[in-house]
Amino acid sequence: MNLDGETNLKLKHALDVTSSLRDAGSLKEFRAVIKCEDPNEHLYSFIGTLYNDCQQYPLSPQQILLRDSKLKNTDYIYGVVIFTGHDTKVMQNATDPPSKRTKTERRMDKIIYVLFSALMLVSFTGSLFFGIETKRDISGGNYRRWYLRPDRTTVFYDPRRASLAAFFHFLTGLMLYGYLIPISLYVSIEIVKVLQSIFINQDQAMYDEETDRPAQARTSNLNEELGQVHTILSDKTGTLTCNSMEFVKCSIAGTAYGRGLTEVEVALAKRRGERMTEPLSIDTVDSGKSVKGFNFRDERIMNGRWVKEPHSDDIQKFFRVLATCHTAVPEVTESGDIIYEAESPDELAFVIAAREVGFQFFKRTHTSLKLHELDPFSGEIVDRVYKLLHVLEFSSARKRMSVIVRSPENKLLLLAKGADSVIFERLSKHGRLFEAQTKEHIENYSEAGLRTLAVAYRELGDDEFRIWEHEFMKAKTSVTADRDVLVDELADRIERDLILLGATAVEDKLQNGVPDCIDKLARARIGIWVLTGDKKGTAINIGYACSLLRRGMKQIVITLESPEIEAVEKHEDKEAIAKASFESVKRQIHEGKSQVAREQSTEFGLIIDGKSLTYALDKNLVHNFMDLAVVCATVICCRSSPKQKAIVTRMVKSVTGRTTLAIGDGANDVGMLQEADIGVGISGVEGMQAVMASDFSIAQFRFLERLLLVHGHWCYRRIAMMICYFFYKNITFGFTLFWFEAHASFSGQPAYNDWYMSCYNVFFTSLPVITLGVFDQDVSARLCLKYPLLYQEGVQNILFKWVRILGWMFNGVLSSIIIFFFSTNSITGQAFRQDGQVADYSVLGVTMYTCVVWTVNCQMALSINYFTWIQHLFIWGSIALWYIFLMVYGSIPPTLSTTAYKVFVEACAPSLLYWLTTLLVVISALLPLFSYRAFQIRFRPMEHDKIQRRRSEGLEDDGRRRRLSESSETRNSSELPSEIRIRINSLKGSPRRKNS
Amino acid sequence: MMNTVRESRRDRETAFYLFTQQRLPACKPVLTPAWVITIFLFTGLIFIPVGLVTLRASSGVVEIVERYDAKCVPEPFRIDKVSYIQDDSIPKNCSVSMKVHRYMKAPIYIYYQLDNYYQNHRRYVKSRSDQQLLQGRKYHSTSPCQPVEFNNNQSIVPCGLIAWSLFNDTFTFIRERTKLKVNRKNIAWKSDRDHKFGKNVYPFNFQNGTLIGGGKLNPKIPLSDQEDLIVWMRTSALPSFRKLYGRIEEDLDADDVVVVQLMNNYNIYSFSGKKKLVLSTTSWLGGKNDFLGHACVFVGSSSLMLAIVFTLLHLKSRR
Repeated sequence: MNLDGETNLKLKHALDVTSSLRDAGSLKEFRAVIKCEDPNEHLYSFIGTLYNDCQQYPLSPQQILLRDSKLKNTDYIYGVVIFTGHDTKVMQNATDPPSKRTKTERRMDKIIYVLFSALMLVSFTGSLFFGIETKRDISGGNYRRWYLRPDRTTVFYDPRRASLAAFFHFLTGLMLYGYLIPISLYVSIEIVKVLQSIFINQDQAMYDEETDRPAQARTSNLNEELGQVHTILSDKTGTLTCNSMEFVKCSIAGTAYGRGLTEVEVALAKRRGERMTEPLSIDTVDSGKSVKGFNFRDERIMNGRWVKEPHSDDIQKFFRVLATCHTAVPEVTESGDIIYEAESPDELAFVIAAREVGFQFFKRTHTSLKLHELDPFSGEIVDRVYKLLHVLEFSSARKRMSVIVRSPENKLLLLAKGADSVIFERLSKHGRLFEAQTKEHIENYSEAGLRTLAVAYRELGDDEFRIWEHEFMKAKTSVTADRDVLVDELADRIERDLILLGATAVEDKLQNGVPDCIDKLARARIGIWVLTGDKKGTAINIGYACSLLRRGMKQIVITLESPEIEAVEKHEDKEAIAKASFESVKRQIHEGKSQVAREQSTEFGLIIDGKSLTYALDKNLVHNFMDLAVVCATVICCRSSPKQKAIVTRMVKSVTGRTTLAIGDGANDVGMLQEADIGVGISGVEGMQAVMASDFSIAQFRFLERLLLVHGHWCYRRIAMMICYFFYKNITFGFTLFWFEAHASFSGQPAYNDWYMSCYNVFFTSLPVITLGVFDQDVSARLCLKYPLLYQEGVQNILFKWVRILGWMFNGVLSSIIIFFFSTNSITGQAFRQDGQVADYSVLGVTMYTCVVWTVNCQMALSINYFTWIQHLFIWGSIALWYIFLMVYGSIPPTLSTTAYKVFVEACAPSLLYWLTTLLVVISALLPLFSYRAFQIRFRPMEHDKIQRRRSEGLEDDGRRRRLSESSETRNSSELPSEIRIRINSLKGSPRRKNS
Repeated sequence: MMNTVRESRRDRETAFYLFTQQRLPACKPVLTPAWVITIFLFTGLIFIPVGLVTLRASSGVVEIVERYDAKCVPEPFRIDKVSYIQDDSIPKNCSVSMKVHRYMKAPIYIYYQLDNYYQNHRRYVKSRSDQQLLQGRKYHSTSPCQPVEFNNNQSIVPCGLIAWSLFNDTFTFIRERTKLKVNRKNIAWKSDRDHKFGKNVYPFNFQNGTLIGGGKLNPKIPLSDQEDLIVWMRTSALPSFRKLYGRIEEDLDADDVVVVQLMNNYNIYSFSGKKKLVLSTTSWLGGKNDFLGHACVFVGSSSLMLAIVFTLLHLKSRR
C-alpha cells in the first residue's frame, strides 16, 4: 500500500552502525534499544533513537519502512518491527468505514414521522368518534342501534366498555390507514436504485476502452446524492494528473528549446480562437518513436545535433547535470533497455531526457555514476565515470538538490538543480550571463502550466572542498538535535557562486479532458477542493493547468513558511511554536476574509499548506476558515496527509452541511472517500484500494462530469419525484378510506374489497412509479451537459423541498376529497342505472377505486415529460389491469370474490353514470395540480422547464442536426456563463415568436 | 456484458443498446402556453355540454319522496315512539297519500329510504355467511355470523345481523280505490339470485329468538326467491340509502293521488333514523341527481376561466 499516493521509489538507508549486519549470525549478537514516539498518523515524520553501546543514533523516516512497502533493488532486508497492527501509521490513518445514507433518505425518514403522526391522529380521531358512538348504543336499558345487537357483543364493540372498544379500534385504524405509510416505497426505492446503478454501469460514455473498465456503482443507495454534490474534494496525483512527468521544454544558455505544446497552451490557444496548426508540425519532427516521460521535440537538440548549437558546451553541461544530479537507480532489462527507478517522477523525466539526448546514465554504485556520453569532438560514444562524493538531498525547505562529483577529468563539480528562486539567489557574479532570458523562459513555462527547475553548476577547489567536507562529515555524524540544521547550513555554504546553465520544464501530464471537466463542474457551481500531498508550488501549477485557478482569479495563500515562524521554530519551544503558528494562521485567515469582502466581484482561490491546515482546523478557527473557504471558488490544500484529507472532508461536510464528494485513486485517499458523502474511486493504475473503499468507481476523472451532471441529476430528480409521488398516491388512497370510514360510523370498515386494497401498491400503481424512478428524464443527457446550471436544482434541493413535499401531500388529500365526495354524491342515493338499481357498498367501492387508479396514474402521466413505450405500457397498462383484474376477480365464485362478484360486468359497466363519474372525478382531481404546473411553468419556470421549453420550440435540436452545429455551439458555451447564454438564446427566439 | 455490447458495434442502434444507454425514442411533451390554453378550453368545452345534458336528463326524472316515519305513529305515542314500535299489540298499519305532480311513465320504481342507518358498520357488514346462504344448514362454520349464529343450539338460516335486521315495512299502492299493479320480482341483481343465494336453501330457525330484529321469512320459499332479503343483504354504501321495493307498472298522470297503505313495522326510532318512501322514474342516467350536472358545469366553467386568466396573464407578461 502506498500511502502518499505516489508509487515512486523512496530511498531508505540503514544506520551506519547497523549497516554492517548482513547475516543472521551477526544480527543475533547485536543488542540495541529503540526509543521512539508513540503511534501516530504522521507519515512524513518519525522521531526515535537507537541506543547501542552507550551511543545514541537518531532514527528518522529514512530508516523506517512503512507497512506494505515494497522492496526494490534489494531482495531482502533485516529489520526490527516497531509497530504492528493498529499501531502502524497505515492503520492510524484509517478511519472506520461509515454507513452512508443519502440526505434524501434522511428527509424521507422525517416524512415518515410526519405521516406516522398523521396516521396516529387519523386513527385517534376515528377511535374517539367510534368510542362515543359505541357508548351511546346503550343508554339506560335501551339499545340505540339495535341492529348491531349491543346486548351480545365482543370487546371490539362493547358499549359497556366503550373505551376498550375504542382502543381496539385504534389498532384496527393503524392497520387500515397503514396505506399512509408506504412500506412498499422502501422496496420500490431499492428496486429503482439497483436499476439506476445498472444504467450507470452500462453507460458507454463512461466506459474506458483503454483499460476496459466501465463506470461502476458499487453501492446502489447513493445515486440521488450524486445530483446534489456541493463540494468536490479531489486528490491530485493519479486523479487529476497521470502521475507521469514529461520533459517538454528547456532553456539552455538563454535559448529556449522544445516545440511541444502543453495541454494548457492548447486550451489557451483554443480560448483565443486560434487555429491549431501546431500539432501537425510536431508530428513531422517526431520520428515516430514515443518514449514515456519524454515529449521533447526539437530538431536542434535531438539526434546529437546539439553539438552544432552555439553554446554546445553549456548544453553538454546542462544534460550532464540532469544525468547525474538525482537519486535515481538504473536497471537493465532483459532486452538491454535501461529503465530507471526514481524518487519522484520529475527526476525520472530528467534522467530519461538526458538519456534521449545522449547522456545515458547506466550504472550507479555507492560511490560512482557511470554514463554513456557522446563525445562532441570525436562523435563517438564513450563511457564516463563520475565519482560521487556527496549528495545534498532535496527537501521542501531547501527546494534544491545538488551532488558533488569528481569528473573523469579530475575536476570537482557541484551540480545543482532547484527552484528558480533559490538557484537565482545563489548565482555567482559571472554566472548570471543568461539570467534574464532564462527568467523570461521560466515565466513562460509556468504560465503554460509546466513545472520548472533551474539548473546550475560550480567548480570546486580541492582545498575548499576538503575543509568543507571535514565540517560536513562532522555535522552529519553529530547526534545533537539540531543536526539537520547544521547539515543544512553547511550545504548552504557550499551551494554558492553557482553558474546558471538553464532551466527545465516538465509537464505533469493531466488526465484526459480534466480541464474541460473541471470547467464544466465549476460552471455547475460545484466547489472544488484539491487535497494533495504535493508541495505548494506544484499544486498551484497543477491548479492552473487544470483550470482550477484561472487568470483573473486572486490567490489567497495561507502558509507557515514565513521567516517569523521559522525564527520561532528555531527555539524549539513547542508551545511557543504552536501559539505563534496559530496566531499567524488566524491573522492570514482574517486578512483573506477582509480581502474577499473588499473585492466581491473577483473570484478567489485559496491555497493552504498542511501545517497551516492543522491550525485552521482547530475548533476555534475552523468556522472562520470555512467561511473563507466557502466563498472561494477553488481551494487547494497542499502537503496534506491522508488523515488531514479525511478531517478536511469531515469539516467541509459538517460545517457547510452540504453534500461532499471525494474523488481519489490511491490508498491514501481511502479515509477521504469514506468520510465524504460520496466516495468516487478512480480505477487507475494505483491498485484497487481506493476503489474498494469507494461508492462509485470510474476509470477517468473526466467521467465525473457525466456521472454528476447526467446520472446524478437524473437520479436525484427521479428519486425526489418518485418519493413525492409515492406519498401522493398513498395519501390519496388512504384518505378516501378515511372519508368513507367517517361515513361508516368510524367502525373501521374499509371502502374497498380487501383484495383491491392489497393489490393497490402491488399491481395498479407500482410499475408506473418504478418506471418514473428508473427511466424519467427531464432533459436529455446532451442538454444536461450543455446546461450545467441545471445541476443546481439538485444542490439547492429544489425538487425535494419541504414545501414541495407537503404540496404533494396536500394535493393527495385534495384528490381524495374530490374522489370521495364527487363519487358518493353522484352515484349513491338515486338509481344509478336506467333499470332503477341503486349503488350499494360494492358499487361505490368499485367506482371510487376506479377513480383512484385513474387519478394517480394520470397524475403520473402529467408529472413526467418523457414517454417511451415503457411509460405508456406501464401507465395505461396499470389502468387496464385494474379492469381486467375486476373482471377476473368478479367472475370467480362469490364465496371467494364476495362483494366483487360480477360487480363490474353486471352492475358498473352498463351504467353510464359510472363512466361519467369516473371522467368527471378524474379530470377534477387532476385539475388543481395541472393548473398549478401550467402557471408555474409559464410564469415561474424552473431551470429544467426553461430548457424543455427551448427544446420544444426547436431552438434546441434534439440530436439529429447536432453534429453540424456542435462546433460552433461548444465554443459559445465554453465562453459564456449559461445564464447569459439562455438570455441570449431567448432573445434570439423572441422575434420568431412575435411573428407567429 | 460490456464486451458483447462493445463487440457488436454494428448493432449500436439496436433497441436494446438504446435502452441501456437511456436513449430510447421518446415523446417529450412540454406544457407550452398554447397547449395549456388548448387543454383548458377543451376541458371546458367538453364538460359544460356534458353537464347540461346531464342536468337535462336529471330534470326529466320525476321523483316523489314521502317521509312517513313520524306521520305513521299515532298521536298518543309520539312522545315515546320506541315503545310504540316495540309493542306488538298495537296495530302498525298506516296510510299516507302521495301526490303526483308530473306525469310519470312506467316503470315507476318504488324505493324505501332509510337515513342514519349504518348498514356499512363494520360489525354489521361482517355478520353474514355467504357459504351458508348458498349451502344452507349443511355449512357449519358460520362464526362470522356472530352474534346471530345460533338459537336454542340450532343454527339459524340465514344467519347474521344483516338478515336478522331485515326491513319489514310493507306497502300497497292504491289509486282511486284500485290497487296499482306492483311488480316485486326481479328487484335484486340477477347474479345475487343465481349465485349467492341457494335455490334449495330454506329459512330455518329464523327470528325465533327472544329478541326479534326485523322481518320474518317464509320458510317455504328458497332464499334465491326471497328478493327482499337479497336486496337487503346487498349492504348500502352510506348511512342514508335507498333500496328497491318494486316497480309500478302503470303510468301515473299528473295530479294523481296515490294512497299508500303501509305497515310501519320497522324500528328506526330508537336511533332517530328516518324512513321515506320514494317513487321515481329513471332516465338513461338513472334517477334524479343534479349533482353530477352541476359539478360538470362547475369544472367546465372553472377551466374556461383558467384558460382566460392564463391567456391574459400570458399576453400581459409577454409585452
